[in-house]
Amino acid sequence: MYEFLTNLIGNEVLAWIIIAALPLFVVILPYALVAIWLERKVSAHMQDRLGPMITGWHGWLQSFADVLKLLQKEDLVPAEADKKLFNIAPALVFTASYAAFAVIPFSSAFIGSGAEIGIFFILAISSFAVAGILMGGWASNNKYSLIGAMRSVAQIISYEIPTALIVLSMVMITGTLSLEKISAMQTGYFWNWYIFGGPEWGLTKFLLIPFMFVGFLILYMSTLAEVNRTPFDIPEAESELVGGYHTEYSGMKFAMFFLAEYANMFAVSAIVSIIFFGGYQSPVGYLGDLFGASWLIPFEQLFWFVAKGLFFVFVQMWLRWTLPRLRVDQLMNLCWKYLIPYSIANLIIIGIISLI
Amino acid sequence: MNLYDLIFYLFAAVTLLSAAVVVSSKNIIYSAFSLVLTFFGVAGLYILLGADFIGVVQILVYVGGIMILLLFGVMLTNKITSVDIRTGTVNVLPSAIAIGVFMGLVTSIMIWTKWVSFPTETPLTTTNELGKLLITEYVLIFELLAILLLVALIGAASIARRDKE
Repeated sequence: MYEFLTNLIGNEVLAWIIIAALPLFVVILPYALVAIWLERKVSAHMQDRLGPMITGWHGWLQSFADVLKLLQKEDLVPAEADKKLFNIAPALVFTASYAAFAVIPFSSAFIGSGAEIGIFFILAISSFAVAGILMGGWASNNKYSLIGAMRSVAQIISYEIPTALIVLSMVMITGTLSLEKISAMQTGYFWNWYIFGGPEWGLTKFLLIPFMFVGFLILYMSTLAEVNRTPFDIPEAESELVGGYHTEYSGMKFAMFFLAEYANMFAVSAIVSIIFFGGYQSPVGYLGDLFGASWLIPFEQLFWFVAKGLFFVFVQMWLRWTLPRLRVDQLMNLCWKYLIPYSIANLIIIGIISLI
Repeated sequence: MNLYDLIFYLFAAVTLLSAAVVVSSKNIIYSAFSLVLTFFGVAGLYILLGADFIGVVQILVYVGGIMILLLFGVMLTNKITSVDIRTGTVNVLPSAIAIGVFMGLVTSIMIWTKWVSFPTETPLTTTNELGKLLITEYVLIFELLAILLLVALIGAASIARRDKE
């Protein structure tokens, strides 16, 4: 990918800039426009309503109208707010969620950085989002914003532990931190995915399956909490905190927070699908192999990757409109008394099985 | 000036400028957020030198750690509880002497050491090698550190729970 672009343009700096901008323009922005519309339609249909119907066919242009509205809005900064930090915070939050996309393999030919450190980098860089949230909440000089930010930090730091433990147990099996290699290992058909015990046949594969399901559930729950989605959305609980850490933001700065939230949703769905569901691998084989057109395969892989990612985003929306929100103490109980012990037990059992 | 130099100077500038803000700012929140940037710059330099694992650990541990520091900073700043935190400069002369001696020492070491240089090549990942070293050669230190952390954890929990009399 990089070499191809360098040859095409003839300048390595320019090629890097284009590679760095590709995920934003090819994946995140179109995806966010679709996902915001989808969230409205999903919520509407789950509540037996129609949702937006006027702008375009079934309201599909609604997101564009929203973007236009947000662009035209006045940029408000509260008089008593800390102006510097108030302005930096949305950019920091978005940068952190965008940085995670650097190591996500969209297909075998489209990956920002094939860095070996992969998944570990994502776990680390997400702490910048926490910094941004805390910055925004504090700089707004508003009690709701501050409470929202404090809750968010407590929640994200707690739920990082089960996430890291499950990722660790998967790293033990795969022997690599690179998301690209983890995806490449699960090639072939869907029974090679790690949720079904991985590509190696034998006794261990069948022993692993139940623990893989437990691991998948824990990882999905804790990443859901890390992106502050319902039922773990106490940082922005509307009935208690108005809007949480972004209460005071308007216009494009609010849009940055919003975009970061949707980008994060896709990022964690992508991580779950890479680790347990084969990433960009097709479940049933490729058309490109069938017709002998090998150039087709990367595009098919992109299709499968986006489809899996969008499916998990849809599940997140589904949960949001189905489950009530947890109380603060219930949230911490769930993490420290259930998820962390279970994930440690899971880690040890998977370790023993992989020794057999 | 190639891409490597450009990135190096970028990260070096980020590190130095934010470090200057950390020590000179009167606002504890500004200092703490600048410290995040400083560690980020150092992590960038580590990764540029080929130490990818150390760089990412730097971000994971220190940025996460500073978040806790920040929480305390947020709780203590005068905007909320109106506690005035005293910031100022004291003991200028001794600190200037100490810094001068330290800088002289570092510079002289930098000049008189015979540095061994290797030709630049794309660095390999360090994760596997680090893991092997930690579990073979340095296994005793590794386990001792783990026990130390466990002790700290249990101590913190027992101190925090003492109010039930």
